[in-house]
Amino acid sequence: MNIVYAMMPELGQLALIMALIAAVFQVIIPTIGLYRRQGWLMAYARPLASGQAIFLLISWLALTISFVIDDFSVAYVANNSNTALPTAYKISAVWGAHEGSLLLWVAMLGCWGMAVAWFSKTLPLDMVARVLAIMGLVSIGFILFTVETSNPFERNLPSQPLDGKDLNPLLQDFGLIVHPPTLYMGYVGLSVVFAFALAALLGGRLDAAWARWSRPWTTAAWVFLTIGIALGSWWAYYELGWGGWWFWDPVENASLMPWLVATALMHSLAVTEKRGLFKSWTVLLAIFAFSLSLLGTFLVRSGVLTSVHAFASDPERGLFLLILLGITVGGSLLLYALRAPQVNSVGRYDWISRETGLLINNLFLIVATLAVLLGTLYPLVIDFFGMGKISVGPAWFNLMFVPLTLALALVMASGTIARWKSDSLNRIWQEQQWAWWAAVVFAIVMPLLLSGPWHWQVMLGLGVSIWLALAMFLDVWRKARGQWRKIPSLGLSYHGMVLAHLGMAITIVGVTMVSHYSIEKSVRMAPGDSAYLGDYRFEFSRAGQIDGPNFVSQAAQFDVYKGERLISQLLTEKRQYTVSGSIMTEAAIDVSLWRDLYVSMGEPLPNGAWGMRIQVKPFMRWVWLGAIFMSIGGVLAMLDKRYRRQKKIPSRVLGANA
Amino acid sequence: MRPLLFVPLLIFVAMAVLFWIGLGIEDKTSLPSPLINQPFPAFETLSLERGESITAASLTNNEPTLVNVWATWCPTCKAEHAFLNDLAKQGVRIIGINYKDDDYKARQWLLAYGNPYVWNVPDPDGRLGLELGVYGAPETFLLDADGVIRAKHIGDLNDRVWERLGQQYEALKR
Repeated sequence: MNIVYAMMPELGQLALIMALIAAVFQVIIPTIGLYRRQGWLMAYARPLASGQAIFLLISWLALTISFVIDDFSVAYVANNSNTALPTAYKISAVWGAHEGSLLLWVAMLGCWGMAVAWFSKTLPLDMVARVLAIMGLVSIGFILFTVETSNPFERNLPSQPLDGKDLNPLLQDFGLIVHPPTLYMGYVGLSVVFAFALAALLGGRLDAAWARWSRPWTTAAWVFLTIGIALGSWWAYYELGWGGWWFWDPVENASLMPWLVATALMHSLAVTEKRGLFKSWTVLLAIFAFSLSLLGTFLVRSGVLTSVHAFASDPERGLFLLILLGITVGGSLLLYALRAPQVNSVGRYDWISRETGLLINNLFLIVATLAVLLGTLYPLVIDFFGMGKISVGPAWFNLMFVPLTLALALVMASGTIARWKSDSLNRIWQEQQWAWWAAVVFAIVMPLLLSGPWHWQVMLGLGVSIWLALAMFLDVWRKARGQWRKIPSLGLSYHGMVLAHLGMAITIVGVTMVSHYSIEKSVRMAPGDSAYLGDYRFEFSRAGQIDGPNFVSQAAQFDVYKGERLISQLLTEKRQYTVSGSIMTEAAIDVSLWRDLYVSMGEPLPNGAWGMRIQVKPFMRWVWLGAIFMSIGGVLAMLDKRYRRQKKIPSRVLGANA
Repeated sequence: MRPLLFVPLLIFVAMAVLFWIGLGIEDKTSLPSPLINQPFPAFETLSLERGESITAASLTNNEPTLVNVWATWCPTCKAEHAFLNDLAKQGVRIIGINYKDDDYKARQWLLAYGNPYVWNVPDPDGRLGLELGVYGAPETFLLDADGVIRAKHIGDLNDRVWERLGQQYEALKR
């Protein structure tokens, strides 16, 4: 092995320590600058943040190289890779277990800091200094945690294994290459708006400008979270082989909670920016959003809760993380309690107004978050009273979530067209009544036209989403004064809002349809057999064996007919991974906008037959399509030109009085 | 100073204390159950795997037996599963109760992760679980050769739990 490559782990470790030092300076120097009101010291925040990020990226790259060149003297590589593993998976194996994924987490934290340093030209220097010092503090905590308890560069010397134990087969998949980094970008991205909130509390600057700076950063993190959660759900759907797409697993919940709070935060930031209201509440939401990200990290990595996703637990790590969590969250909530009384929101609004609508939105989102939090922590409480480690079933979550989501969607349609300050129900009704009547008719007629039993839930779900969608279209049409050519000039953030809300409607339709009209069948089939499900005939045409790079699989080919027409050929596999011996089901899915056809192999039966699970899942794609709409909406809103105004806001360096 | 603003902090502190204790909690999970020293509640159904007729009398086959309550919706059960597979390999007789679950999902699960159970009692509506006083999954009962419940463990089985429960099991074997 080339001597330079062989040194990679040491180089990586060194870079990690350099990043730690940069982070320490990133906290100390700007803080001294703030204390002594010396701009040149505060100005160090930006280059130090960039330096920290670059060192973290070097460290991450070093670990990646160790994976690519199969350096099994590194314990982490030996435990999570293998010479037969395809290179793409070697690269993604970097975040396949606790240590490496933590390195990715801190590297991303560093990158967000660097992004703040670059895109903060219009911010007053004292604000930049505070924000970056706070982000530096968070970095110090997590880099220390990585170095002290979870060093991915630890060597296996003197006796290194000849080959690695291979990456967990569940993770050998495209979805798992992209899902964790996206989700982490979202989690970590919330640290920016958290730092903005604390900086504003410290500097006594909770004003419209602060809200305007915070908005694009919140939206950016939210977009990553949205995509990350959707990717995770999509991965679970095709990889776990059961056709389920959401399991209310503690780790899924850990990603859903920050998303819900970040959604609430985006909306309350709008009120704070436009009307100067809800300031104190907005700050609290910013603290909550990042705190829940950290809580998620703690739950997943400390072993207090057991989950499919949970990393191997280690009490030392748990304690370290808990102390980090205590300092970060406890400290910021204490600061909030002490400083928030100085914040006063001036301005009035009536009961019927957009402010009220957004307040109700926040209320529902927070109740939903609490429901998820309770369901997730309940097993821990049971444990606390000595009653054992248990898991809470999905029934609780569905009971809480379905009515909340529908109620939220109902408020959404009226809230978005309500005017700031004061409006009248009569005016809102005038604007929306056509959408309302159309939705009522649709909700009654549509479920009758669908094949399958009638459910009131379907009526409600479809009705609410159609109403939401129509109300949005009506609003666009009215704002454009009935002229097509005016639609593009309505502003990017308005279009973003419309798209995101349409996305919500699309997801509700998807969830409603797939939950109530999915059909499935488990059958014994030998080659040549056919099974009928819905309008489709599934013919098991061939059975065979496939040799992959690090697995062998039993495969079954299906020809799917609708009537006499062949509409799809599906190949499903049962893979056995040679190193670990684990068996994985690769489901075969025929995708279309209106339905998914899903075939997965079950158990082998005598005489070459197999137990097969066949499913038809209507509108499955809509669940994720909605998430795509929401993220595009978020990106559009972020790109709105009012966030890129070049006007320099006068620096308050010398006048800053905390 | 507004006391109301301290509420989030106080809630967080309470949670942190809970976590702190949670980190320290290990295995104080064997509760005295009213079922200890009682015969296993009667049932009569068809097994999950092969559909053969099973009853409470066929549970033990005249050797000490573990009865494990599990479900596919239960992540802790997944964490525990590898350990059950090991026990089964060592020759421990384990019967499963598939609690509030879907039969097909359960079979898929056993196929994917291995089947440590001699057979499984499907309990889709949780009726047997109710008679057993199940809090949540997983729970494990230790039965002697005559089908009398001798011990109950709530939560996942692992090396540390087995140190104690295994001794009881060995004692019953003799």
